Amino acid sequence: MSGWAVLGSLPFGVLCAWVLARCQFPGKGLFDGIVHLPLVLPPVVVGYALLVLLGRKGVIGGWLHDALGITLIFNWKGAAVASALMAFPLMVRAIRLSLEGVDRRIEAAASTLGAGPFAVFLTVTLPLTFPGLLAGVILAFARSLSEFGATITFVSNIPGETRTLPIALYTLVEVPGGEEAALRLCVISVVLAFTTLFAADILARRIDRRLKN
Amino acid sequence: MLDIRLKKRQGDFTVDIAFRTGGATVTAVFGRSGAGKTSVVNMVAGLGRPDEGHIAVDGRVLFDAAQRINLPPHRRRVGYIFQESCLFPHYTVRGNLTYGMDRVAAAERYIDFDPVVELLGIGHLLDRRPALLSGGEKQRVAIGRALLSSPRLLLMDEPLASLDGARKAELLPFIAQLPGHFRLPILYVSHSVDEVLRLADSLVLLEAGQVVAAGPVEQVMSQPAFAAAAGSHGLATVLGATVDHHDQERASSHLTFPGGVIRVPLLDALPGARVRVRIEAGNVILARGEPRGLSVQNIFAGRITEIRHMAAGLVDVVVDIGCPLQAQITAQACADLELAVGVPVFALIKSASIGRSDLAQHGSIT
Repeated sequence: MSGWAVLGSLPFGVLCAWVLARCQFPGKGLFDGIVHLPLVLPPVVVGYALLVLLGRKGVIGGWLHDALGITLIFNWKGAAVASALMAFPLMVRAIRLSLEGVDRRIEAAASTLGAGPFAVFLTVTLPLTFPGLLAGVILAFARSLSEFGATITFVSNIPGETRTLPIALYTLVEVPGGEEAALRLCVISVVLAFTTLFAADILARRIDRRLKN
Repeated sequence: MLDIRLKKRQGDFTVDIAFRTGGATVTAVFGRSGAGKTSVVNMVAGLGRPDEGHIAVDGRVLFDAAQRINLPPHRRRVGYIFQESCLFPHYTVRGNLTYGMDRVAAAERYIDFDPVVELLGIGHLLDRRPALLSGGEKQRVAIGRALLSSPRLLLMDEPLASLDGARKAELLPFIAQLPGHFRLPILYVSHSVDEVLRLADSLVLLEAGQVVAAGPVEQVMSQPAFAAAAGSHGLATVLGATVDHHDQERASSHLTFPGGVIRVPLLDALPGARVRVRIEAGNVILARGEPRGLSVQNIFAGRITEIRHMAAGLVDVVVDIGCPLQAQITAQACADLELAVGVPVFALIKSASIGRSDLAQHGSIT
């Protein structure tokens, strides 16, 4: 579920980061604010907003259901949407930072060598942004693993469908005799977090070595 | 042929220039920092947009405000070598070199991989990444990368500026070989007198966004405006000369030029080579009668064609010795010798006053 959330939002994240890093337009501050909104709003508010917008009777949710036959509410897809939205600002920030660090003259050099704007983006900008992209993905992945508030508000707590790790943990703690299972989930959560960080670190090092060697 | 006419306002600063150059020649764009040199080459490359004007290379229009033509950089076929090499850090040297090459249609490609690699001496670096190269090597790869895109014009924006003296000396011969090997026009931005003496055929002198002088290097470098722009270097005459023979015993070289033969400290150039000699106006002595019993090796008879009274009690005197020669003397000396336009004089130049950096072999000999 987290994987889908991250993969699905990645192209939008890159796009938003690019717009924020490179474009100047009126209302940019507002756009920046909207992108960052999920970071500062209480997660429950985001979940409720999603419920209103994407629910079967919601403006977007109704259309999705009628036109495309997609229902988001009370299933894992909805959970993915909720956690993607919550993780989005973190991803955008990381990618934007590394986009701003890319030397524009290297891009200019590529364009004088015959590469069109899209080719420059694919062959130069994106590879040079890769460390930031990776950081953004890891952050977003970790954030969506720990998603609780928006998910439980939007898609509720359905075992095997929308129950994220923290929601499962919460459920176990609420039930008498669930301590042992809860502890197990805690361990899993820690192992998962460590593995992700380690994998990210190893990857980042390898990229760094490639650039320097 | 390169035809440039452009105007661009940038805040209080306006670049407003026009010049043409012919054939596969090196044109130096010379000026103080802030004179607008980089803006000009950026606009030629398509990285900046002029407000008005026209840019054409060999009759192919790259920009024309009136006709609303503005080719994007990747369609201009203009190679650009930046001050810092700007190599792609995530590609190997080979990847960098082929980046532009692979984007040119085979029919348009006139510069091949192997000769470029050989000429620039970068064959042993092909599998390395740019981070492991020295400054000079990086710049050689950048030159190769630009050449391999088979450009119709090469722009070089102070390609030696970020290198130390030894690396500069190492790279200069490589650049000097380019026009002879690849027959393409080069626009070379610089504020170094040495580089211009060595590399350029013609020179465009920029000052505050305007062209102050343009023409053959010898002519423009001999103007007071050039001395002003070159800063630490004073007024000088630049002579185009040919190596006649070397006098190993006396450690001097004899060069022929329109005014006769001039002796200079021993040069490392084959007889027949074209060289430029820069003679500081302050090192030229003028005499009314023919001097005898002097240690000075170079004595030329001529006639005064121009006298300019300058600040600080100095006078610039131009003497025609077969070609114009600038001398700078005090106003007092000028009055004592009763110098005036048309007066015959002898101009004396000490060989030893011509230093290493005042001599440059220019152009390749075959």
